[in-house]
Amino acid sequence: MNMSNRLDAGPPHAATVLARIQESPTIFTLQLRLDDAAAQAAYRFAPGQFNMLYLYGVGEVPISIMSDPEERDLVGHTIRALGRVTRGLAALKPGDRVGLRGPFGRGWPLQEVGGCDVVLVTGGLGCAPVVSVIHYVLRRRERFGKLVIIQGVKHAEDLIWREQYDRWAKLPDTQVLVAASEGAALWPWHVGRVTELFNLANFDPGCAVAMMCGPEGMMRSAADALLARGLPESRLYLSMERNMQCAVGRCGHCQFGGAFVCRDGPVFNWGEVKALLAHKGF
Amino acid sequence: MLSSQSDRAGFLPLAQLPSLLARLRERGYQCLGPTVERGAIVMRELEPPDDLPRGIQAEQTPGRYRLTSDPLNRYFAWANGPQAIKPHTFAPKESLWRAERDEAGKLQFAAVHPPALRQAIIGVRACDLAALALQDAHFLREGRRDAHYAQRRDHLFLVAVQCAEPASTCFCASTGDGPTPTAGYDLALAELADGFVAVAGSGQGQAVLDDLNLALATPQQIEAARQQGASAAAVQPRGLPSRHLRDSLMSRLEHPRWDEVAARCLACGNCTAVCPTCFCHAEADTPALDGAASEHARMWDSCFVEAHGHLHGFNVRADIRGRYRQWLIHKLATWHDQFGRSGCVGCGRCIAWCPVGIDLTEEVAALTEGQP
Repeated sequence: MNMSNRLDAGPPHAATVLARIQESPTIFTLQLRLDDAAAQAAYRFAPGQFNMLYLYGVGEVPISIMSDPEERDLVGHTIRALGRVTRGLAALKPGDRVGLRGPFGRGWPLQEVGGCDVVLVTGGLGCAPVVSVIHYVLRRRERFGKLVIIQGVKHAEDLIWREQYDRWAKLPDTQVLVAASEGAALWPWHVGRVTELFNLANFDPGCAVAMMCGPEGMMRSAADALLARGLPESRLYLSMERNMQCAVGRCGHCQFGGAFVCRDGPVFNWGEVKALLAHKGF
Repeated sequence: MLSSQSDRAGFLPLAQLPSLLARLRERGYQCLGPTVERGAIVMRELEPPDDLPRGIQAEQTPGRYRLTSDPLNRYFAWANGPQAIKPHTFAPKESLWRAERDEAGKLQFAAVHPPALRQAIIGVRACDLAALALQDAHFLREGRRDAHYAQRRDHLFLVAVQCAEPASTCFCASTGDGPTPTAGYDLALAELADGFVAVAGSGQGQAVLDDLNLALATPQQIEAARQQGASAAAVQPRGLPSRHLRDSLMSRLEHPRWDEVAARCLACGNCTAVCPTCFCHAEADTPALDGAASEHARMWDSCFVEAHGHLHGFNVRADIRGRYRQWLIHKLATWHDQFGRSGCVGCGRCIAWCPVGIDLTEEVAALTEGQP
């Protein structure tokens, strides 16, 4: 976290692509290592934080970090190829260079969980920032109670890391609930809205922390469902997405009410943002 | 000004105005001041023998700005121009860093530093100073000082002028930011018929005043300046109903007036470009033609531009209603959460420079329906 001061508003650090993994037709993962060995060794982040990745000559994009914070020799990002920069990043091969600055923002409140249950609710590619939490919990399993992973996608083929969901579902004290609005042949999970699965979620509302990431409409419905199950509002968190360009609370694009999402978020407590989330356009 | 430090106020005769600029130049300052450019007052470098425009007023109404003649032939009877301090501290466009790529594809990055300038700006207004204090709060935030802004800000000398002829669009009295400068200046002047009551607001300002070796202002001159400020406040026809509109506006986020103003707003961004407190900027890259380098620059941006609310795959504010509301809510409501006060200093520029004459004070009145 000390790095955030050194990498600040720029310039970025050069980083090399170690590996590129195609996760779905449009989603890929880049594993990066900072070229400066000392900078790589000093790099620390918390799950839920993000980096600004720079594609030479094109520009920067904010991408959440999905690798494990204790994996010290690489920084992983899962990206959907959609805009000018991300389509260019998709074309990179191992050995190619990018720029990286970060980490930025406030990550997930993993210290607050105590020994309680962890409920993760994600929609679409929202799973990327939360996968770092899944890895974090699984590597430190004794520190946490039950792990409930609830994932919704629009189309069945949008689900990435399918084998991992299968594997997680077989672990003790771990529940995986997946829904696709539109199913497909051999789709083993629920067809319908992800919020229809909340009554099946097995957690203790009196001792749980929920973390959500995904489309805001989905998160609003999920929040209603979780609060209805008796989860206190103070234990409900979400990661927000906004247009981030400077990443240090300066350029103004990511403002959500008085908050700069890049600096004050991207992870917020539900109570901090619920009032404004009820209005479209902020 | 003037009242609290009136015991040390000097009097600068009109004929000695050039010597003020000469003293500033001796101290290494480039002097910027009012010039007439394409029908507006624009701050440009003044060249000796210091032809400050004289006898000009700036008549402003919603959607209209015209220079007219001042029957009293004063130097500072124009209320304001489209810009004052902001472009000289927060540059409209500047490089932040540069990337170079060698033949092996290796990247190297280097920060780009702005030139070290010592600038004095002559003729800034109380509203401009209030706006600068807000820009300082944003760009010089504890622990996150913006090096580019700081480089310019640290070497700025500000000569403020009391407003005697506010435009019809001015409402600084209601925001508490004018028309008489009270803080944030190095020197403040109040223009009377035969000269200026001058007070220092900083050690540097005092040193310049000492160099000028002025006679003390008389009690009559100080009183005349005070009265001039009071009447400039009293004549302002516009105002905001309160300095604390946060809760009132946040309770009206779905008010039908937003649709009504959206139907008139062109989303051109003029209001944000002339607003002295707006700080949004975009970052963009420009590669060199030979592909060996690329500049990463920031430039003023506007929440009225569609791309401002662009996210991966969708837009947060696809319609103008959302963008006008974002601007007004930020300026008058959520600014309080960020900086402890409203982001409006009552300069009225957004009213005058709006091509369709949307008047922020009128919109606020309609939104709050007399219950601020």
